[in-house]
Parts: sequence; structure tokens; C-alpha cells
Amino acid sequence: MSPADTLRFAGRAAFAYPLRTALMVLAMAIGVAAVVVLTALGDGARRYVVGEFASLGANLVIVLPGRNETGGVNAGSFITNTPRDLTLADASALLRAPLVSRLAPLSAGNSEIAVGGRLRETMVLGTTADYLAVRHLALAEGRFLPRESFGHAGAEAVIGGTLKRELFGNEAAVGRMIRVGDTRLRVVGVMAASGQGLGFNTDELVIVPVATAQAMFNTNTLFRIMVEVRGRDALVPAQRQMEDILRSRREGELDVTLITQDAVLGTFDRILGALTLAVAGIAAISLAVAGILVMNVMLVAVTQRTGEIGLLKALGATGGDIRRAFLVEAALLSLAGALAGYGLGQLGAWAIRLAYPVLPAWPPDWAVTASLGTALLTGLLFGVLPARRAARLDPVQALAKR
Amino acid sequence: MAPTAQAAQIAQIAQIELAGIDRSFTVGDSRVHALSALSLTIEAGEYVAIMGPSGSGKSTLLNLLGLLDRPDAGHYRLEGRDVTTLSADEQAAVRRSRIGFVFQSFHLVPRLSAAENIALPLTLAGIPPAEREQRVTRALRDFGLEERARHRPDELSGGQRQRVAIARATIMQPALLLADEPTGNLDRHTGDEVTQLLEALNAAGTTLIVVTHDPAMGSRARRQLMMEDGLLKSDSGQRTGLAGEPQTASRPAG
Repeated sequence: MSPADTLRFAGRAAFAYPLRTALMVLAMAIGVAAVVVLTALGDGARRYVVGEFASLGANLVIVLPGRNETGGVNAGSFITNTPRDLTLADASALLRAPLVSRLAPLSAGNSEIAVGGRLRETMVLGTTADYLAVRHLALAEGRFLPRESFGHAGAEAVIGGTLKRELFGNEAAVGRMIRVGDTRLRVVGVMAASGQGLGFNTDELVIVPVATAQAMFNTNTLFRIMVEVRGRDALVPAQRQMEDILRSRREGELDVTLITQDAVLGTFDRILGALTLAVAGIAAISLAVAGILVMNVMLVAVTQRTGEIGLLKALGATGGDIRRAFLVEAALLSLAGALAGYGLGQLGAWAIRLAYPVLPAWPPDWAVTASLGTALLTGLLFGVLPARRAARLDPVQALAKR
Repeated sequence: MAPTAQAAQIAQIAQIELAGIDRSFTVGDSRVHALSALSLTIEAGEYVAIMGPSGSGKSTLLNLLGLLDRPDAGHYRLEGRDVTTLSADEQAAVRRSRIGFVFQSFHLVPRLSAAENIALPLTLAGIPPAEREQRVTRALRDFGLEERARHRPDELSGGQRQRVAIARATIMQPALLLADEPTGNLDRHTGDEVTQLLEALNAAGTTLIVVTHDPAMGSRARRQLMMEDGLLKSDSGQRTGLAGEPQTASRPAG
């Protein structure tokens, strides 16, 4: 039998039992769709997190208080276990490192913001003028915080686009007075829409001078210091300079953590990549189950069509002809299932993207290739046994059975 | 074979030569001899009826003749070629090109149309679609099935189904047509039509071997073989003046 005829014959056979074929295709489709959707979800999460950190910029070092890992024993370890706070004085000291180009100390907290009668809970971020440049943000109108000494608690604020819309509507916001907590501030600028970024949604943020924020929350600690270094190559030496400065300010103990975008990115990439792989593995189990189903369905088909197989043999079909016909039928079922599953999976991923626009839930190419390949391979693999059984049937007995 | 001797040899070669055929089956723990020490010669173009009670071995004989089964002992020469030693695939090739089967229960593929059923042997032989279509169209016309070409077997009457089956059996123009109770599932009138159809094919030169219970049908054949307990009880084979002589002794082997 020519390949085209074999294909047509197997196709006719598959369509002759529509319910059986539909159920089989569905089982295979669910397996493939599960892989596609779950890897889309996993990979979407990975891309989301990676995107978050990538938006920080490559020259950034983040300083946060506390240190989890022990870097050996030194004099400081015996004195105290509680980490010292990160202060504005630390920030000023870091600015003296030759490889640091600029930095922005951050102090954050939640507070109430009020304009006229309108009241809203919001996040307040205390920082300095350089924050704009360090985070590569842009203003929609007005200006950013003025350049002044860290300790100066100016009564000025820059608000996010969403806040502006909710509090002022279409009226101009720049120049208006707002109340944050108990502090009255003048709005000097509105941030351009930028969306999510490292946990803060700048669209819903009130940005005030760092000293103002510290006074507001009655603290002198910093949440974080964002440091921009002079170029990518300077990242490692700059980190060393900063560690030296901070260590000297902390009686020889380095109880702060310095992280770079690369390190964070690499870690998250690895963790979430492994997660995606694990999820894909679990989903692949359903593919194996579908493969066993293919085998069962094809074994039933051989029993059902024993008389037909006997006839084909009487008409001069070789064992190879019959084996190929059944194998192609199994392959067709798997292929249809795989394609349907791919469509279903893409639909599911699209639905996820629709429901969570921030999540770039696209199934990775490797997952699509692997699931389609696995579906076809299991279909063929589990189709071999039934096909061989069909080819080996004794024509006399096969013809007698009907 | 020397070219000079060839013509004489071909004239001597019988279409079918069975020599010392044994075939037994194990049923439970006893051996049943379906055929024992059977020797038989059938010439090209003969019309033979194999008759006998159930279990007499006539179906086994037909299966052996059709290369669907292998003997435990003995030799089967088809057109001078020993086919007992062929591999399964070689036997399939012989079936495909030389032998046509007609069954009692028609054995049509239910999901294929009449035309597609008739085309099956051509498909299996790898004949290109264009030629296939041409030959199937001619067969449909010859067997009066033009109106029914697109119908599936369950939309055909019994007689039409058997006509489709015969058209399929003869589409490859086999030298040998084997029919196992071809009228067994048909009423008398339709059965007669099918018998006449088979006889017309025989008249055109195809060797026809029919297994039947029906004495009326058996008596129409020019030669009757009576089987009993795996043995050839009687053979009315008196072609070319060999009357009364047992077939086994009628000519030297080979």
C-alpha cells in the first residue's frame, strides 16, 4: 500500500468510530493543554519577576538592612545579634565611594491622603531628588522633589497618576495642597504612568522628601538605599567599596545586604525556571495516561476489526501493510489530540493573560515542542503493540470471527 | 528450464498440485486431522465443487488453496511453483495477484463504499489512483453496480453485497477464484444469480473452486470432490479422459 493510501485508509478508520475518536482526542488534548497552560503560567511568572528586576537597571545595587548569611566570626559578632538600622548618615557616607554615581535612600509606609473631603489610604515613599534618575522614571507634569540635603524635611509631594485622577479628577493637581497623615504638603509634580515596579506601583504612590517621611512615621531608619554605580564593570568593585564604608561605620560587622540586579535576576530565573519545569513534569503525567489510553483504544480496535484484518490479509495485505495502517491510525489520533490540545492550551494561556494582564503568560517554545513531541511519541509507542498484534493475526481465525 | 522444453513443460504444469498434504489441529488435548495425505490436481479453467459434511476438512482445504493456511506436511504447487515454502509476505503477494476470495458473509469493509471495497485489492497492490478508478468503474459496470457505487455495504441488498465481493475478488484478474459457500446467506433466486455470475467468470477462463453444502449448486460444477474426515472420498474429475482413475495416480509429480 502506498503511504498516501495507508494514510487515507487509517483516516477513514479513525472517522468510522467518531465517539471513540473524539474521546481519545480529548484525553490527549487535555494532556497537551495542561502542559501548555501550566508552563505558560510558570514561565509567565518567571518573566514577570525577571521583568520587574530588569526594569531596575543594570547598574543598580540595593542596600538593605540585616544579613542572613554569616561571613565568619569577627569582633562585631560577639557584641550584638540584632542588625543595626540603615540611616541617612549611611546613605551620605556611601555617596563618598568613588564608584558610586548617585543614590536614593528610601523610607516607606502607609498613610492616609486627603484632599478636600476625599480620603484615601495610600503608600508614602520618602526619597530624594535622585530617585527619578536612579529608577529611570518620568514625570507627567510639574517637577520632582528639589535637590536639597537629606535631612531637610520639605513640605512637597509628587503623586502618581492614579492618585491624581482619583483625588483631583480633571483639575490641575500641581500647586494644590494635600494632607498626608498630619502633614500638609504641596503637590509639585505628577508621575508619568509606569505601572508596577519592584513592589511599588508608582501610579498610586505619594513621593515626599525622605526626612519628611521619617518624621511622618516617627523613625530614623531607612527601608532601602538604591545606589547607582558608574557603569556595569564597576558593579563588583563598587560593591566592595560600599561594603568597606558600611563595615567601618558598624564596628567591623557588615550587617547589611547588598544585592545587584544580576544576582536577583539569576536567582529568580533559576527558581521559577525549576518551578515551571516541575509543573510541566506533573502535566506530562497526563500525557502518559493519554498514551495508555491510545493503546487501549487501539487494542479494542484490533479486536473490533478482526474480521476486516482477516479480509485484508486474504486480499493480499502483508503484515507490514496492516501494522502500518494501525500505527498510522494511532499516530493520527495522537496528532489530532496534540493539535487540539495545543489550541486549547493557547486559548487557556490567552484567558490567563486576559484575566491577569501583568502576567506575560505565553507558553515557552520548548514546552510546546516537548508536549507535542511527547504526545506523538507516546501515541506511536503505545500504538506499536496493538499494530503488531493486528499484523500477527492468523487470517483463517480472523476471517472466521465475525 | 531450456527454452525448447518450455512450451511442452507449461502444457504439462497443472494449475494446482497438492501432494501428500497433512493438516491437523489441536482441540483440547486431542489432535484432529482436518486433512490427511491429500493429493489433488486441478487444471487451469476447471470448475470444481468441494462438498462434504461439516468438519470434513473442505474449508481447511480451501484455506490451504488460498494460502491462508499452511500444511503440516506435503507440498502445494501453484502454477508450478512450490508455495508452501514461501514467506508470509511472499504468500501475500501471491494472494494479491493470483487468487480471489468470495466469502459466505461477504466480508465487506463496513465504512467503505461499494467502489472503495472493490478498489481495496488495487490499493493493496499499490496501483496508482487513476488506473484504480478506471478499473473500478469498469468492474462496477460489468457487475451492474453503477448505481450503487457510493453506497455503503449496509445500504446494499445481500445480492448486491455479494456482487461487490465478487467484483473485488476479480478486480486483480486472478487465475484462481475461491468461493466459500457464496450463496449461503442468499435466497434461492439471488443465489442463482450469483452462481451464474461465478460460472460466467469461469467460462471466461478463471479457475473456480466452490465449497458448498448445497447439492444443487455442487451438481452444477463440472467436477465434484466429496470430502469426509479429512479424506477425499470421491472425485468426479474426468477431464481429458481420465475417467475412474484416482487423481493421485493420474500424473507424475512435478
